[in-house]
Amino acid sequence: MSSRTRVLTCLVMLAAVIGFAGCKKKSAAGNTTPPGMNGPTPTAQLTATPNTITAGDQVVLSWRTTDATSVSIDGIGDVPSSGVKTVTPTESTSYHLLARGDGGTADATARVTVNQPQNAVAVPNNMDEGNLTEEQRFKQNVQDIFFDYDSYDVRGDAQATMSKSAAYLAQNPNIKVLIGGYCDERGSNEYNLTLGQSRADSAKKALIQAGVSPDRIRTISYGKEKPFCTESTEECWQQNRRAGFTIDR
Amino acid sequence: MIAPLIKLPRILPGFLLASLLFLIPSSELRAQDWVRTGSGLNNNPIRLAAADMKPVGNDPQMPELKNVFDATLYGDLSASGVFDMVSKSMAPTVTPGSPQEINLTQWSAAPANASMVALGSINVTGGRITLSGWLVDAKTPGNPPILGKQYGDSASTDNARAIAHRFADDIIAQLTGTRGIAETKIFFVSARSGTKEVWVMDYDGQNQHVVTHGGPSLSPRVSPDNTRLAYSSLGREGWSIRMYSLELGRFVSFPCGVPGGSNFSPAWSADGGKIAFSSSRSGDPEIWTCDASGGNARKLTSFRGPDVSPTWNPKTGGQIAWVSGRTGLPQIYIMDADGGNVTRMTDGGYAISPSWSPNGQFLTFSWNRKYGPGAPGGQDIYVMDIASLRWSQLTHDSGSNDFPTWSPDNRHIVFERAIGGHTSIWTMLADGTDQHQLTRSGKDFMPNWSWK
Repeated sequence: MSSRTRVLTCLVMLAAVIGFAGCKKKSAAGNTTPPGMNGPTPTAQLTATPNTITAGDQVVLSWRTTDATSVSIDGIGDVPSSGVKTVTPTESTSYHLLARGDGGTADATARVTVNQPQNAVAVPNNMDEGNLTEEQRFKQNVQDIFFDYDSYDVRGDAQATMSKSAAYLAQNPNIKVLIGGYCDERGSNEYNLTLGQSRADSAKKALIQAGVSPDRIRTISYGKEKPFCTESTEECWQQNRRAGFTIDR
Repeated sequence: MIAPLIKLPRILPGFLLASLLFLIPSSELRAQDWVRTGSGLNNNPIRLAAADMKPVGNDPQMPELKNVFDATLYGDLSASGVFDMVSKSMAPTVTPGSPQEINLTQWSAAPANASMVALGSINVTGGRITLSGWLVDAKTPGNPPILGKQYGDSASTDNARAIAHRFADDIIAQLTGTRGIAETKIFFVSARSGTKEVWVMDYDGQNQHVVTHGGPSLSPRVSPDNTRLAYSSLGREGWSIRMYSLELGRFVSFPCGVPGGSNFSPAWSADGGKIAFSSSRSGDPEIWTCDASGGNARKLTSFRGPDVSPTWNPKTGGQIAWVSGRTGLPQIYIMDADGGNVTRMTDGGYAISPSWSPNGQFLTFSWNRKYGPGAPGGQDIYVMDIASLRWSQLTHDSGSNDFPTWSPDNRHIVFERAIGGHTSIWTMLADGTDQHQLTRSGKDFMPNWSWK
């Protein structure tokens, strides 16, 4: 086959493919508005990451709906049509999302298993509550920072967060920090693990520069092995390009 | 031997054909597609017929064992990439049990047109399977058989399969001078049980079972003598390189893989004496080497930015290719095994996961040439001729492809392909043809082909 013939053949095929796609689109649009319905049926997705935690740890709920006029999550109340929310369940919980729209309802469920800390039995109750409070105060003061695509430089908008973190750590000299480096789902596992390591190390350097002693800080890369959310969207990717801080016990 | 040019995939599912057709002109015009594999692929393939084995005895296990054997032998010879196989529908329906029983003209004439015939008999008696296998030249009657060999083991479908693999590799070695891959294994990572662990399977996807416990574990690399497995595992203190003895079925000490920082992506030198890996113990992820016994740690790179995924030149042991993010997006580099003579191999995009061909001539790696936010580029498998830097794209418009590894015969590549959230292990010939899916769990990653 000469290249001219092949190009022509391909143009014909291309036209056929486009034509076919065009037809398909029309019939699909027809199907989504069946007679007698007021609108398309809503869809709903809900994920909880991680889905197994120890009491006191945080879980990120991430949801997405389409064609819904009102969305609610049991125990949380009305929420936007899609979003991300951090929760701290103290016992195993099934989060149930209900999306109502003109075309009907859709629901989605995400189960979180909460394990009690191993020393919970031996430790008196008031001490347990004290731990929880420390954990919560830590979370309020030492917040995650986010990174640009394929970058491990601490961004300008993270400087204030890091200063606040360093100040809190200066006031609480007994707290040690574990910094986790995370990446979005794109690219190779191995390369992302090193990128996550570099992100955690950048955050560590920023804390050291702000006066925190290096021997209080430990870093681990999670690469893209432990994503906070799993959608292929820029919002989710940004959520995952982070350095996350926890108390290192 | 002059190897053929790499050709575009010739075997395409019909439903993909329409969407791929209009891509062919631009691909064919690409000058870089002039890469030779040096593997003899498509170089006057031998027309070979595999006769069904003649059953001897009437053991109740016979029909099953014979079916497994016949199908495995045919599959191995087809997958080898060096034969033009006579399809079973074209072959005579007779089952000659020995060279004395074969009517050669029946096989050399149309429609079979076979140049060579593999034949034999299978005997199942007293819980044992005995296979007498021959290879004969169909075009020159009167010549002695090219190969005649007996194989035996206890009677089981696994052993019927294993004997077929041995017979196939003997045939391939006899006719090409290079042993086939039918007896090789593929190690990989699977999350099918919840946690990412190292699994192993036969080269054709059969016989999948778990190897490690206590993960998550990543980046398995089997030693050249098949006795040890190095991989990266996450524990409380972070990522370490762990060493698992496949002979002892337990961990063995590897002191070099533990101290400080994150340790990823081990790689064996071809003599089994050294491990290269990525470690951030000095503050930044760099390439390190140490002895396979776990001593003598040495840092090879010193540059800000991630350095990871090393692979040794298996032919010379004198060079290492790896991935570096020193200039931004990850690129493939080559250096001497002492860290000198750093050369960048890729000219842009997002290039990762190199594997060095057994003959030393080629790299295969995963490349997204149009990477960037919003860019529509695909992550595809490429082969690059190291001397000329010319490259060829092996996968096209089929998901996101990563972790290519060469087979020991230099003719095949195993890789990871993700489509719609399902990741599977695939193989193909080193020219991109004959793509086969090996795993079906949808959660399989990072394949590594055994050295023998």
